[in-house]
Amino acid sequence: MEQILVNGAILSANYALIALGITLIFGIMNVLNFAHGQMFMIGGLIVYTVCVVFKLPYAVGLLAAAVVVGLIGMLLERTLFQRVMRISSREENTMLLAVGTALLLENIALFIFGEKQRGIPPMVSGVYRLGSAFLPANRLLVFAISLALIAAVLLFVNFTRQGRAMRALAQDRTATMLMGADVNRISMLGFGLGAALAGIAGGLLISVSGVNAGIGTAISTKAFIMIMIGGAGVIGGALLGAVALGFAEAIGYALFPGSVTYLLIFTALILFLLIRPQGIMGKPWG
Amino acid sequence: MATSTEAAGTIGATSPGSRKALIAILPLAILLYAVVPLILRGQPYWLNVMTNAAILSFGSLGVWVTFAIGRVNIAQGAFALLGGYTTAILSTVFGLSFWLCLPLSGVVAALVGTLIGWPLLRLRGIYFAMVTLSLTEAMRLLFLNTVTLHDGGGVLNIPRPAGIDTPLDFYLFAATLLLVGYLAVWRLAGSRIGWVFRSMRQNEELAMSIGINVARYRVFAFAFCSAMGGMAGACFASLQQNIYPATYTVTDSINFMLYCFLGGLDFVLGPIVGTFGLIIAFELLRSIQEYQALLYGALMILVMLFLPNGLLSLPSILGRFWRSSR
Repeated sequence: MEQILVNGAILSANYALIALGITLIFGIMNVLNFAHGQMFMIGGLIVYTVCVVFKLPYAVGLLAAAVVVGLIGMLLERTLFQRVMRISSREENTMLLAVGTALLLENIALFIFGEKQRGIPPMVSGVYRLGSAFLPANRLLVFAISLALIAAVLLFVNFTRQGRAMRALAQDRTATMLMGADVNRISMLGFGLGAALAGIAGGLLISVSGVNAGIGTAISTKAFIMIMIGGAGVIGGALLGAVALGFAEAIGYALFPGSVTYLLIFTALILFLLIRPQGIMGKPWG
Repeated sequence: MATSTEAAGTIGATSPGSRKALIAILPLAILLYAVVPLILRGQPYWLNVMTNAAILSFGSLGVWVTFAIGRVNIAQGAFALLGGYTTAILSTVFGLSFWLCLPLSGVVAALVGTLIGWPLLRLRGIYFAMVTLSLTEAMRLLFLNTVTLHDGGGVLNIPRPAGIDTPLDFYLFAATLLLVGYLAVWRLAGSRIGWVFRSMRQNEELAMSIGINVARYRVFAFAFCSAMGGMAGACFASLQQNIYPATYTVTDSINFMLYCFLGGLDFVLGPIVGTFGLIIAFELLRSIQEYQALLYGALMILVMLFLPNGLLSLPSILGRFWRSSR
């Protein structure tokens, strides 16, 4: 039982990074980022390249993942999304563009890194015992970094000028513009920050379970589940969704054989959405 | 309400209506029945590609119907899988003929679509997109965990349709299916129901306020779409003679949706143009294997950037350009 709780907590913390990132992008841009899982995957593979191929320290790898994926996000926002949002006649178009970028990123990753499953050796060795549960030091480190980052993002969004501008943008684009915020720059920053979070999450998880170029869609699906549970575009909801999914997964994997867990999660999700279509904290049709 | 629909149907079926239908379908029919077989007669590989494209177009036409009511549907893979398994199990376990399995697969998919769609269609926008995506994954896991005929949930040795032996036969069958599907969706889009769908896409509350039973119409659209997905899945199961839970994944559902979008959501012909365009582009890029997937992805982004309303919007853009340059 303790083991399930420990696993659930670690998973939740990592998933929270993914959910926070996709929520930032959705809140600010109103774009459902289908490429989120691919950004996660690229973050993981960058850490692999830096740490295993170039043999540099893990911290450098994580930083590189955050910077590179963040830049990719900003570039995509500036070159693709802003244009399509301006010229498209249907609101579905940005979602489909996101699907297209997901495909492109996945193919680029396949081209550069191949389709092998990549992992890196644990950064720290050793195992702690927590009651009857085993807690590898490596996972504890991943947990700690995740928590620190979540706290940092919350502080940034709530208390800095830029962060407040992002939240304002999520509420009302026109009003934010009238207040003199540079909307285009804030959108780009927000997209970059969301992407960077996905990249870091991938960089952290590669030391636990490994990453391959085809993992993107599965991760995006998980991100969608989390924001459906919590409510799209709400930061608190994203965290709640992450905790719900993390623990559901940990409990499910302990009780049921392999793929039954997710079948049950999907079934529960659909039933939940019947009762509360907008998620726990979401605004209807937000 | 039913009587008024019927009335519209009978008016549409008079001679100007049928002439219009002929004009809509004739170019496609000539292309599918004459041009393609003439060019590709001796090339079974390309005939196979065209068969695939025709069946996939049939599935995408269904997704187009849900686009028509303003829902982004990423569940077509789930219904293709359902239809495929229906045909697989009916034909291998119960020995039913393919010609019975095909409509039955459509019926089963439509029933399940109605059952699931009724509650889920209350969701809109990204919520509907996300939940249908989850549905695709859930369907895969369902078959993975319930079908025990073969390791990994697969069904093997599905018989080919009786009377269809050569690649050309199969192509002609797929082309016929596509033409029938096109005619049905074209008819639907032009009928009163089509206008109801359009009004729902623009504003569901407004449609409701003028007395349209929105819930019933959207379930009808979703069931129609699911039936087409189920029949497409049934054809593939019989064509490939096997089916696995991983035959249709989220990627396939997304592809069905992309085909519609790239062809153009405002045109009934859109899904067909999009599917054939992408499938043929993918095959042509095969010769530069290493870069195939990469270029394919880049191509798609380019279309979205410069033709955000689909390939079929090109004529109107060129027309505007032509008029403004004169």
